[in-house]
Amino acid sequence: MRWINWALAWMAPAALPLAAQAPQPVQSSRFVAVLDAAHGGQDSGGKIASGQMEKAVTLAMSVRLRSLLGARGMAVVTTRESDQALPPDRRAEIPNHAHAQACLILHATESGSGIHLFVSSIAPSQIALFLPWKTAQSAWVTRSLSLAGTLNAALLHAELPVTIERTFLPGLDSLACPAVAIEVAPNRAKDGSVTAEPDDAAYQGKVASAIAAGMLAFRSEKSEP
Amino acid sequence: MIPRYQKILFGLLLVASLAMTGILWHLRNRAHQRLLAGSDSAPTQAPEVTAAEPATLVVASDADGSLLPQDRALPLPADPGTRARVLLGNLLDLYAAPDAAHPVAVGAAGIAQVFLLPTTGETAQATPGAQLAVVNFTGAFVASHPSGIETETLTLLSICATLRANLPQVVAVRFLVDGQQQPTLAGHADLTRTYLTANAVPSGGPTP
Repeated sequence: MRWINWALAWMAPAALPLAAQAPQPVQSSRFVAVLDAAHGGQDSGGKIASGQMEKAVTLAMSVRLRSLLGARGMAVVTTRESDQALPPDRRAEIPNHAHAQACLILHATESGSGIHLFVSSIAPSQIALFLPWKTAQSAWVTRSLSLAGTLNAALLHAELPVTIERTFLPGLDSLACPAVAIEVAPNRAKDGSVTAEPDDAAYQGKVASAIAAGMLAFRSEKSEP
Repeated sequence: MIPRYQKILFGLLLVASLAMTGILWHLRNRAHQRLLAGSDSAPTQAPEVTAAEPATLVVASDADGSLLPQDRALPLPADPGTRARVLLGNLLDLYAAPDAAHPVAVGAAGIAQVFLLPTTGETAQATPGAQLAVVNFTGAFVASHPSGIETETLTLLSICATLRANLPQVVAVRFLVDGQQQPTLAGHADLTRTYLTANAVPSGGPTP
């Protein structure tokens, strides 16, 4: 039977897309959440009305969430801690190697209002030993929708307007974990006037607290697809 | 010393060539007059304007992330490819209006071409006559598009939904920019994917 163990040990890294060169995984006994602050480096993303670039807003949001989730006993992995560029494939490699139970991709925009939650448009499929890199998310999209639903409930509880949509986002479809892209848009009054920009500290704090509460609720659910 | 007969011959040839020049000039003028007299440039038939027919534009709204169908009466050409371009041009004109719910500049000029191609593989077998639409944006449209997952996704989905509403044979859509494949529309929505029109259905607003 030794040859079977040897064969399984040899095949195991291939089960996750391009995960072989990533660092050591976090202990699987803890709930691992990955925060991906979108953009960075030369990729500034969109521009917020206050003059801030999207990459700075997402990084600030990531720092806030890391503290809140860490305080709730979650192991938090971030894709970037500074203004650095990351290719989309690398952004997917990090959560895949960390065996994340949830991955939040953070964006900010000047369009629309409230919080926009996005799940991959890819069609769901059964989880398999080998996951194609381009469509790895298909095995997890049902759990991603569940995560989006939990976050939606938490954000609504915090009296924040939310929309849930499906989209094709580069990198999202390669994630082998429940994954939701969160786009923070300005908070607007009923007449459409902006009451808080995405880089407003109080607004960010309210959104981050609601997301942390949602993640806590999601952790209590079964984490396997 | 030039002989006398050569001088006379030279004189005759000179006179003959001048006479021929005069005759040719006269014939050219006559031909030109005949040509002008034969062609009547006065309009004899009024240009045909296609009658307006019902069309549905699926319009996006940034306020609530919705896609809502709007019924219009538009003069549309018979050729499906040109028809698709005119429809999408009208849709983008709505987005370029000052009070648009989904503001995107440039308008109809943002669509360079729309090609309709037969689908291949499983889709062709499952749906005979199904077509793939290739929408070619101009670089100016993409450069002026607001950045954000929602706004970019809504633009693409409203295009897919408008094509589905008016050209049901179009089951999939791909997007190019100035004839080339681009990774994203404005930094977010993936343009390397094939979008299925069946997934772009009109939807309501925010969750209650």
